[in-house]
Amino acid sequence: MKKNISLLVAVLLLPWLLYFSAGQSWVRIIDFSLLYLMLSLGLNVVVGYAGLLDLGYIAFFAVGAYCYALLSSPQFGIHWPLLVILPIGAVCAGLFGVLLGAPTLRLKGDYLAIVTLGFGEIIRIFLNNLSSPVNITNGPQGISDIDPLHLGSIVFNHGLVFGDIRIPSVINIYYLFLLAVIITMIFSSRLERSRVGRAWMAIREDELAASCVGIHTKRYKLLAFGLGATMGGLSGGLFAGFQGFVSPESFTLMESVMILCMVVLGGMGHIPGVIVGSLLLSILPEVLRETAGWQRGLFGQVIVDPANLRLIMFALALVVMMLVRPEGLIPSALRRKEMQHE
Amino acid sequence: MSTFWQQVVNGLTLGSIYALVALGYTMVYGIMELINFAHGDVVMVGALIALSVSELLIHQGLSLPLALSIAIMVSVLVCMVLGWTIEKIAYRPLRHAPKLAPLITAIGLSLLLQQIAALIWGKSYLPFSHTLTTTSWSWHGVVISALQLDIFGLSLLLMFLLWHLVHHSKLGRAMRATAQSVAFAQLMGVNTDRVISQTFVIGSALAAVAGVMDVMYYAVGNYTMGFLLGLKAFTAAVLGGIGNLKGAMLGGLLLGVVEALGAGYIGDITHGFFGSNYKDVFAFLVLILVLIFKPNGLLGSNTQEKV
Repeated sequence: MKKNISLLVAVLLLPWLLYFSAGQSWVRIIDFSLLYLMLSLGLNVVVGYAGLLDLGYIAFFAVGAYCYALLSSPQFGIHWPLLVILPIGAVCAGLFGVLLGAPTLRLKGDYLAIVTLGFGEIIRIFLNNLSSPVNITNGPQGISDIDPLHLGSIVFNHGLVFGDIRIPSVINIYYLFLLAVIITMIFSSRLERSRVGRAWMAIREDELAASCVGIHTKRYKLLAFGLGATMGGLSGGLFAGFQGFVSPESFTLMESVMILCMVVLGGMGHIPGVIVGSLLLSILPEVLRETAGWQRGLFGQVIVDPANLRLIMFALALVVMMLVRPEGLIPSALRRKEMQHE
Repeated sequence: MSTFWQQVVNGLTLGSIYALVALGYTMVYGIMELINFAHGDVVMVGALIALSVSELLIHQGLSLPLALSIAIMVSVLVCMVLGWTIEKIAYRPLRHAPKLAPLITAIGLSLLLQQIAALIWGKSYLPFSHTLTTTSWSWHGVVISALQLDIFGLSLLLMFLLWHLVHHSKLGRAMRATAQSVAFAQLMGVNTDRVISQTFVIGSALAAVAGVMDVMYYAVGNYTMGFLLGLKAFTAAVLGGIGNLKGAMLGGLLLGVVEALGAGYIGDITHGFFGSNYKDVFAFLVLILVLIFKPNGLLGSNTQEKV
């Protein structure tokens, strides 16, 4: 208990420490990594618990983001409040999840991965092209001037002032996202230990055996797809409100892959692993961005473009990690045992 | 009607490129049940190397056909080495790991190859302006260029050679045995590790040739060109029945034609609501429909799941 309280205090103080030591941009990076964490938790339900490999997960994030963007921007002149749009976005994404899941659940492993990948690309191609003859998504330019995240008169994207204390906007957003992450985390850890969670794990380990003990595999797999997509949609909405701008550029296959890597690298189906994986992979590339400065210091010039270099390091990390520790950094006890047996 | 046949001709050209890449996917999948995600990027490497080498040689004053042949040979060799290395480093150590692990390394490798290519060749689109010949024949309004015939003919020849190799050589027999059961092939004295290596090498050589064709056909190359091409080729392999050589050839040609016809007619059918900018959607639609209605593909065999 004491450990938990000190952890909570540390998490609450973190943005202030970063803000005063490293500056605002680093708090912003942490904000984004919280969004990634939410996404990974959502994908963890699909891949980690139910064992369904989804390579198009970013599509649900996109659906949530575009829902928010369309319902609170000058695009259609609609400006609905946050508490209405976020659920709409989440439900829409969930529906898309079921829509994708229903016809494809007969497929296994690699095949499912490729179909979901195709689905993700189709969504992106549509977002890119649904600008004529009826302009819905504004094409590759995307939608800008999206309303900030706000509850009544509290606007999270602006700084808040309480008497003498002024809370900077990035820290506001941090607390908001932290709340969302904690809710998602509690939700998925309860799911994991429920009847549903046990059914998912049975399906993951052996689908045929699971159906033999009376688990309605199709229904549970659909549920996993739907719930995972809902979480993705929710974080998509938060993303749109935070960024104030969405475009199809943000929803490429690379992002789906990134989130999958977060889940797998950390330890599939194990929430602490997912947390470590997603924080590591979302912050590491930003640290690698700094290499331009190091290169200048060492060689007097930038030899390798840091944007390339960070992706190369990232790719190498993926390969090496899988070769050295395929079960992930912090695997669940069950999974670790499985790996040791083999 | 001439539009129709014109699109069929274009589709067959495109489809023969898809088929060559699809063969690489299908051979590897047939033997290891692994989707080699980095295969599309091997195509890209082959294409860009051929592009650079031929530019260089032409600059040195070599004649175009000679420069191109040398370029193709160099890129085939480089890709063979690349394919061998990929298998050795990234897949062999994971032969007994859970299935997700090799998939993730494959994705990592794909990213790695793309970024290294971006470092070497830059991120802009590289033009390839040398054409072997501009001859073309017109017949009832349908235009067929010599390049299209060359691409089609060369891929048919390669497919025939591969077919012969798999069905009438010692290596081919070893490959088929390994595909049926690795353990039993080993019991029969087949060095399965070597067979798997050789499969990767052959697939990569075909990929290199496909890459050169792609660069010549579109007259442009880029470090990201492998991704979509690879995905479409994989679709072709699934369409024909993955693991089946004939299937990959048929699937490739069919997918090329479907895509060309789709792109040609979608505007008319939807009265301009959807345009040819949706052409990449067709491959995915075909993929999803095939997997839902005929998951074993057109020529694939049924597999029964066992506990």
